[in-house]
Amino acid sequence: MAISRSKILARLTAGDTTVKTLIRHPMETGNRKDPRTGLKVPRHFIQEVTCERNGKPVMTAVWSWAVSRNPYLAFQIKGGQRGDRVTVRWRDNKGAGETLETRVR
Amino acid sequence: MKRRLFLRGAMTCAAIAAAVPAGLLVPRRVLAAWPGQAFAQTSFEQSLAALLGDVQVSRSGAIRLTAPDLAENGATVEVRVAVDLDGVDSITIFSEKNPFPLIASFSLTPDVRSHVTTRIKMTGVSDVIAVVRTDGRYYSARRRVKVTAGACN
Repeated sequence: MAISRSKILARLTAGDTTVKTLIRHPMETGNRKDPRTGLKVPRHFIQEVTCERNGKPVMTAVWSWAVSRNPYLAFQIKGGQRGDRVTVRWRDNKGAGETLETRVR
Repeated sequence: MKRRLFLRGAMTCAAIAAAVPAGLLVPRRVLAAWPGQAFAQTSFEQSLAALLGDVQVSRSGAIRLTAPDLAENGATVEVRVAVDLDGVDSITIFSEKNPFPLIASFSLTPDVRSHVTTRIKMTGVSDVIAVVRTDGRYYSARRRVKVTAGACN
């Protein structure tokens, strides 16, 4: 599946905040061979994910390279209201990262 | 409104490191550093022990583990772990027959509902195993997934 950029969605569902994210990242295991060169593509994957609501951490995760490419993550924060700021940050094994942020609808 | 910022290197690490001292994130040993040794283990039992220590794990029907019976594409198998227990602070997902069975471990604060959904790579015919912690005790559930096209090579 090709996605051009990471996406995050947060909406109120039955009183809770449902968060869905799709993060653009190759999540290379280190075993895949580049079809053009025949060489293995180095391992390159998201290691840590932190989720926050209004700046307060609500969940964190540690991942291996076996989480799928362009990883999907869905979870639910208790309660919440429209306008809450939901943030998902990730950092990969190369030290790169991204912050996804949205307001709850 | 959506905003996305691209942070590189030290700034991103600082953002994540800033969340840790809040004392809300457990287990500490998982968050103090990315648990490389646990991720490097090649058997389910070894990766479980490396991540959680020498703990007793009981099967529990309170864990609703959702995964397809048959996965056409082993590169992306959707797995949902939901736990019908209070006080769940950890959900960990393994794929038993993967070269490296430990896939993902989530640390939950009391602010989140006890379920997560993600997509993982699986190979061959394997059990996906969820191990959760609540009240200091560990519970597990497993589900057989048959993959018709593997994703670990």
